[in-house]
Amino acid sequence: MRRPKRLRSLWLLAALGVLALLMLTSITIGSRAVGWDDILAALGGATDGFDRAAVATRIPRTLLAVVAGAALGMSGAVMQGVTRNPLADPGILGVNVGAALAVVSGMAYFGLTSASSMIWVAIVGAGITAVFVYTIGSLGRGGSTPLKLALAGAATSAALASFVTAVVLPRNDIAGGVRSWQIGGVGGATMESIRQVAPFLLVGFVLCFLSARALNSLALGDDLAAGLGERVAVARGAAALGAVVLCGSITAVAGPIGFVGLVVPHACRLLVGVDHRWLLPFSAVLGAALLTGADVLGRIVARPSEIDVGIITALIGAPFFIYIVRRRKVREL
Amino acid sequence: MSAAVAVKPLSTADAVARSRARRGIRRRRVITVLALGIAVGYLVSLMVGQTIYSPAEVLAVMLGQDVPGAGFTVGRLRLPRATLAVLAGLCFGLGGVTFQTMLRNPLASPDIIGISSGASAAAAFAIIVLGLGSTAVSVVAIVCGLAVALAVYALAYKGGVAGTRLILIGIGVAAMLDSMTAYVLSQAAEWDLQVAMRWLTGSLNGSTWAQTLPVLAALVVLAPVLLGQSRNLSMSQLGDDTASALGVRVERSRVILIVAAVGLIAFATAAAGPIAFVAFLAGPIASRIVGPGVSLLVPAGMVGALLVLVGDFAGQYAFGTRFPVGVVTGVLGAPYLIYLIIRTNRAGGSL
Repeated sequence: MRRPKRLRSLWLLAALGVLALLMLTSITIGSRAVGWDDILAALGGATDGFDRAAVATRIPRTLLAVVAGAALGMSGAVMQGVTRNPLADPGILGVNVGAALAVVSGMAYFGLTSASSMIWVAIVGAGITAVFVYTIGSLGRGGSTPLKLALAGAATSAALASFVTAVVLPRNDIAGGVRSWQIGGVGGATMESIRQVAPFLLVGFVLCFLSARALNSLALGDDLAAGLGERVAVARGAAALGAVVLCGSITAVAGPIGFVGLVVPHACRLLVGVDHRWLLPFSAVLGAALLTGADVLGRIVARPSEIDVGIITALIGAPFFIYIVRRRKVREL
Repeated sequence: MSAAVAVKPLSTADAVARSRARRGIRRRRVITVLALGIAVGYLVSLMVGQTIYSPAEVLAVMLGQDVPGAGFTVGRLRLPRATLAVLAGLCFGLGGVTFQTMLRNPLASPDIIGISSGASAAAAFAIIVLGLGSTAVSVVAIVCGLAVALAVYALAYKGGVAGTRLILIGIGVAAMLDSMTAYVLSQAAEWDLQVAMRWLTGSLNGSTWAQTLPVLAALVVLAPVLLGQSRNLSMSQLGDDTASALGVRVERSRVILIVAAVGLIAFATAAAGPIAFVAFLAGPIASRIVGPGVSLLVPAGMVGALLVLVGDFAGQYAFGTRFPVGVVTGVLGAPYLIYLIIRTNRAGGSL
């Protein structure tokens, strides 16, 4: 599926345009209707008065939705490339829940409170889970088929979710804080938490971008990639590390958000083709747009209350998951 | 020569008959042991708690006599709870093993392919948003459970139903329904962890007779229906063509089985929430104990009852804090699920 370069640039521009539009919507629309002059004032940094204060809280929220969506979209694209598996996604593979369990245990048993320690713990949890699920999923004949990987992921996330409950339940003191975080939300974002997570995301993005060419070779199969001069194990490890850093650190600040990493790369492949050098940035932009859009939707649909963004992405993403499963032949599963 | 030929089939038939009789004896023995286990578990959950009562006091309460102190604790608190544990366990075990046998796959249990999630989402919606009573909740739960079963089956249908596709689609549907439950719970007037636990993992806290009776009614009506189909169920394991050649009306029997199994699951879920992994665990455990070639329905139901009873008792008293039963069965069951996947992958079998 080769696409002419001009067409791809055009799609990328269009996606960026959509993202900008959605960011604008996210700042202007909320449960409180605010006039344009107040919005402009708030963007300038003013926080006096209810309206301006309301807008001021929407700014970090929008920013977090954008970076979280970008990180999840790209990490999904990389995971699908590394595992050569169309059903790979940080949510489906249980990596997000692994990060969540690590964070919750850190809060409950080790008294972790600072954002940066939480992010480290989440990345470690995500990494262990990713290795575990991939190992189980690729046991036996035929390597990691989509079915085996998805089942291993679903089973692991069910197990880890039970452990999360078992850890949180006896601790009434942290239960409230864990709850909204667990469903997956960007509503509680602050500039401080974004600043904390930014360096981790930067490392993750860079690792993923650098792996783009290697992922193209890996797509041809391990033998051929090795023949092309790729150090397969190193390339795969580096790319996976980037993906894990991205989704782990996002889980630490926004909770486990599923299905973004599944839906976005598939949509992107239809638009820009399978070249990872285009696919990865495009997945990031479209992921950001999807999560920002989902957040806005969650604020509009249930006025005056809100629907957490994790719920919206699951409602959009699960039917898409079913569509992909249905489209494939049984043999490929 | 001809005598030898005549003798040989006779001896084979003899061997088959003997092994069948042996398996029958083993099954009866297992059922007796399980029944004893349930009886002991039931009695212990009635006797032991913050205060411990003697068997005589418990018996007196059960016979309807007025015993000071024990009358309230045992009669009002522990009796409905232990009874609901047994009944819900039976329902989950029976429903689960029916699906697993019919679809010839241990992973195709209702709690993995989304049927429990559907019943749970519907029950949570009916109670929290619509404010319905317990009978109406059960009806809503069963209708939605059936609708989800139908939807998963229809979505997985593509020139025949492949087990693998059905399971993956079920996982997707379950994810969607769980997020709906999470939404309904987040809309509740105030966040109540007890209520949330019930609809997310299953819990017997605060069980009442009003919740227990619909489950009993469902079991009385639907369990005989399932047991009546147990022959057809075993035959359907041979494949649709063979089964219909053996005189099973495959489609009709499948519809009856699905409706009855979903009914049991939905009623139990409406009363106690989707107690995690009981439906999934009961069948494989029962088949390990009983051995091959016999109907698993009754043993699986009893294993389910024992799991819920013991899980609830352990959740209440074995740890520092009180855990709802679903957390205990979830922590036990999910690693078993992973183990099952590892084993099947190693053996190279198709799941």
